[in-house]
Amino acid sequence: MTGAGWFIMVVSISSVMGLLAFSLFKILNLPAIEAEENIQSQPFIDTHDTVDAD
Amino acid sequence: MAQGSKRKSPEQWGSRIGVILAVAGSAVGLGNFLRFPGQAAQNGGGAFLIPYFISLLLLGIPLCWAEWTMGRYGGSKGFNSAPGIFSAIWRNGLAKYAGALGVMIPLVIYMYYVVIEAWCLGYAYNYLTGALQMGAQPEAYSNFFNQFVGVESNGFLYTGGHSQVLGFIVFTFLLNFILVYRGVSKGIEAFCKWAIPVMAISAVCVLTRVLTLGTPDPSRPEQSVLGGLGFMWNPDFEALKDPKTWLAAAGQVFFTLSVGFGVIINYASYLNRKDDVALSGLTASSMNEFFEVCLGGMITLPAAFIFLGATAGSFGTFSLGFNALPNVFALMPGGQFFGFLWFFMLFLAAVTSSLSMLQPAIAFLEEGFELKRHASVAVLGLITAIGAGFVVFFSEGLVALDMFDFWVGTLLIFVLGMVQVFLYGWVFGIERGEVELHQGAHIRVPRLVQYILKYVSPLFLGAIFIAFCINNVPNYIETISRNPVALLSIFFLLLILGFVGLLAHIAHKRWVQEGRFQDMAIPGKHSAEKVLP
Repeated sequence: MTGAGWFIMVVSISSVMGLLAFSLFKILNLPAIEAEENIQSQPFIDTHDTVDAD
Repeated sequence: MAQGSKRKSPEQWGSRIGVILAVAGSAVGLGNFLRFPGQAAQNGGGAFLIPYFISLLLLGIPLCWAEWTMGRYGGSKGFNSAPGIFSAIWRNGLAKYAGALGVMIPLVIYMYYVVIEAWCLGYAYNYLTGALQMGAQPEAYSNFFNQFVGVESNGFLYTGGHSQVLGFIVFTFLLNFILVYRGVSKGIEAFCKWAIPVMAISAVCVLTRVLTLGTPDPSRPEQSVLGGLGFMWNPDFEALKDPKTWLAAAGQVFFTLSVGFGVIINYASYLNRKDDVALSGLTASSMNEFFEVCLGGMITLPAAFIFLGATAGSFGTFSLGFNALPNVFALMPGGQFFGFLWFFMLFLAAVTSSLSMLQPAIAFLEEGFELKRHASVAVLGLITAIGAGFVVFFSEGLVALDMFDFWVGTLLIFVLGMVQVFLYGWVFGIERGEVELHQGAHIRVPRLVQYILKYVSPLFLGAIFIAFCINNVPNYIETISRNPVALLSIFFLLLILGFVGLLAHIAHKRWVQEGRFQDMAIPGKHSAEKVLP
């Protein structure tokens, strides 16, 4: 493993994990009210996936 | 004259993380673990990551955002299928036919992807039973693969004693359809919510095993963990002077994010207008990159190099996955367990992807013809069973699978990607696009991205497409001319294309008669109100 190889590997992995960490951090820290508004308004969503299947 | 009506789909995601995991699951597949490492090794190793990340920023993520935005917009107009969404965006007679690609592509990909998925499950099963622990005998693994998938001759798998894989195909087929029958929330989302974490944990276990291998063969000190990592990551900057490297990198980014598959646009259509797509799209993309760069890039090729040496870089996707790696697990301490874990993880990755390929067609049948779920699943099951049966029967040399993968799973995806970037940048418009993208957004996407989508991405994608055609199409044309199975595969694909196009035509007529487009503003004439602080 060369120095350039280490550099590229570390930068690539760090960049991706940093981006993922940023994204997940933003999502997990969404304000509670906004979070509820941005998912369905009901606590349990009956999507009627199969009820009227016939 | 009938008033415009907006049919609202009863299907919706149950949670934000659910849709993100579903899109990530759609994107994360065999390519993350098998195709990416091979592409990197053949195109300059670590140097490959330079054009890769440039393509990610100029093509991949912007196109993802565009597809998420258009999908949610189409959903707000009552459409969940690409023909409907495209027709809502582009009031042109061609829109429905362009959208038909968004139904056909995932449909056809499913037909062969489910077969590969069954291979993964079959390999996991055979590791569990010990049948794949055949010691250090490369030919044994090659013969096992050939027999297992029927490479020897057409119809091989339907002959006695060679039909084990058929059982796995039936099982995976049923699993996919049971989950998709249960719907977006109870089926796809529910499955992805546990499958993605299990995949991540399994991959990390295998990664830990690989990184602790040390130097298994003291007589070959260069074949060590560091040597394996170096094989993958040491850069050959000379490769950057070769246009093929840039082509390979851009192509890999395009495919890995599942852009142009017709899936993201369908998944996003089940979001509400106020649901965020900016942060969700970025999160799903970064999840995919985590599996690709951080896991795929650290496991497959280093492990193969440690035990097989430099020949590890010469394998294609299937060879690497189903020939090279079994040799690796045979030599690895605890190889039976890790082999099972690896192929079970690949199976989960494949299922989350194949599930996503069924939903666009389900949505189309339901909204285009008002079929209920039972009926649409039954129709889709029949069509895909015929297609998968075609692929399984014509298994000699995997010609049918290869033809489906090239013409639909590669070429047509480029076409749909270009259609989508054209729609977003030049029909929907970047002014409107920016407003739509930021509806409910939890992050601010730089304005620069809009200009990239309008001017840079089309040129970039067009250049890749032309170069790809020049490099590959002549060979496949030649194959069609001399191989009857290849020719038959083309006829089959054209039949499906014509059939889906006809359905799109009929569905569109029904929508017009129902007045589904009457209350829609003409894109471009709608004022782009500012929604950001």
